Amino acid sequence: MPDDQQIAQTILDYITREYADALQGAPIDANTPLISSGLIDSLSMVSLKMFLDQTYCVRIPDAEASAEAFDSASALVTLLRRLGVK
Amino acid sequence: MKDPETPPVVAPLPSGSQPSYETGALRLALGLAPGRPFNLGTLLSDRLCEQGHGGRLALVWENHGGLRKDFTFDDLRRYSDVWAATLADLGIVAGDRVCLFLDRVPDLYFAFLGILKLGAVAQPLFSQFMADALEVRLADADTRAVITTARHVEKVRSVRARLPGLAWVILTDVKPGAAPVLGAGETAMNAESAPARAFTPFPASDDSPSLLHYTSGTTGRPKGAQHVHGSVLSQFATTRHVLDLRPEDVYWCTADPGWVTGTSYGIIGPWAVGATQAVFEAGFSAPRWYDFIARHRVTVFYTAPTAIRMLMKSPPPAAEQLVSLRHMCSVGEPLNPAAVLWAEKTMGRPFYDTYWQTETGAIMISNVPGLPIKPGSMGKPVPGIEAAILDAQTHRPITTPGAAGLLAFRPPWPSMFRGYFKAEQTYKGKFVGGYYLTGDRGSVDGDGYYWFVGRDDDVINTAGHLVGPFEVESALLRHPAVAESAAVSKPDPTYGEVVKSFIVLRPGHPGSDELKLDIMNFVRKHLSPLAMPHAIDFVDKLPKTRSGKILRRMLRAQEWGEPVGDLSSLDD
Repeated sequence: MPDDQQIAQTILDYITREYADALQGAPIDANTPLISSGLIDSLSMVSLKMFLDQTYCVRIPDAEASAEAFDSASALVTLLRRLGVK
Repeated sequence: MKDPETPPVVAPLPSGSQPSYETGALRLALGLAPGRPFNLGTLLSDRLCEQGHGGRLALVWENHGGLRKDFTFDDLRRYSDVWAATLADLGIVAGDRVCLFLDRVPDLYFAFLGILKLGAVAQPLFSQFMADALEVRLADADTRAVITTARHVEKVRSVRARLPGLAWVILTDVKPGAAPVLGAGETAMNAESAPARAFTPFPASDDSPSLLHYTSGTTGRPKGAQHVHGSVLSQFATTRHVLDLRPEDVYWCTADPGWVTGTSYGIIGPWAVGATQAVFEAGFSAPRWYDFIARHRVTVFYTAPTAIRMLMKSPPPAAEQLVSLRHMCSVGEPLNPAAVLWAEKTMGRPFYDTYWQTETGAIMISNVPGLPIKPGSMGKPVPGIEAAILDAQTHRPITTPGAAGLLAFRPPWPSMFRGYFKAEQTYKGKFVGGYYLTGDRGSVDGDGYYWFVGRDDDVINTAGHLVGPFEVESALLRHPAVAESAAVSKPDPTYGEVVKSFIVLRPGHPGSDELKLDIMNFVRKHLSPLAMPHAIDFVDKLPKTRSGKILRRMLRAQEWGEPVGDLSSLDD
């Protein structure tokens, strides 16, 4: 069972790999604001949500997929835990 | 202390009256002598300085990190002169297209005015565009210079070899001795750190080209809608009347200047009025947006239904955060009644929906102060604008209340686009029977209120921005697993519409959720987050006519739960 840090790292690795064009080398950590900072467009949440759904076998409800819940890796860990990801 | 003889920023309106939309009266209100030519860049900056208002606050800029900078109209004049002189030094001349590929940094606004002062044509592009989307638009415009930052320059560099007309790439955030190192044909310029320069503005006429805004259509590549210096008359009139903006206001327009709202009402309209603009260089965050309104005491707020629906999903503001607001408007896509009602309850006032397009340059139909709002309606045509609902076959006006037809306007009006760049036939095709056809369908009720029905073509309006299905399909075909594809709109509770793709896979590429995600990211990385399909269906074949044309309308109708219509041309 992955701990919070491992989940956060998985998310950060994915973002660093898939959003390299948007980040342009900007360093990110688990608390880096992604949506509110403008580093990642809010429309991009959809593919990030699909990645999380597939990786953690959950279905994040649309109502839970808010800009605040997706604003950082640590916020996403909180969301996944609330949805029952072990 | 202001001289008591100093003229007002704009001529005051008689109490209780509507602003005139008559061009002669508008020119007088802007201090322009009848028939006298003017340069739009000068009008938006120097004019107020020459009237003794140069010390007024023009721009309050803040970024996500909390850095704040204030700029007066004197600053706008100085920094735009520096940009105009610098571009002239680089050999940019009147008529050349200069692309602004920037986030909402201060130099975006200064350079925009400088380009206009030079008589060149500003070509703003959304900075989230990726390399393919950027290349198509720069190639079509034969752009001479791109102004950008280190964050986005690699996208420009990656396509530059295929853009022989691109003479200069100008970076605004290069610090002496710091990376990135400038390459051939690249230079650095930052107006705030450059010495003052005097510049004599280009003697523009009302019909001189000012702006080239790219917009998407059903077929072919995006088209550059050409605007002119004289468009300010429409933008000025509607900014005063519809946005109800006054010189003493603090105004926040959340639109990016890469889109027409961000220039018509994020630069031109408010500075023609002489108001203070607040710009937040950051992404979406409901708490931070409410905090921004509170701290800068924003009085007038112009945003989009998608942003409003995202606010609706977030915790509500504290009551004291919005006390400064006195007027709010919305643009980009139909504002659903639930959003109107939510705003009244949560924000203390309704959003006034406005309707217009890249091509119209200014608001055409709107809810305005004093006109009762019918939630879900786009309101009534603004003074001076003749709107009509036309029969799709005869192109004659439909007079039956509530009957749907083609939404059209009777030309001309000052901010009407003057062409699609290098696409004259496409431009001419937008005018039929003495009307400009918007490509939207609508209806008008017995009280004269207009209602949006839908697009009359296959263009996808996602989060208020038009996405062309051809551009998405072209990008999809570059993915190694994709043999054929069709892109259509799909309803979405937050974004209004999103892109959905139907894909026929190449042999040897089995469909899977992982492949769907890979394809989504592929489109996002090549075009933009806007163009990324939010849903993908793998299919064995696509519905086509006997001549081989994909029947997108059939797929679209399925997504929207609408009748698919006449299928007599369907093959097999």
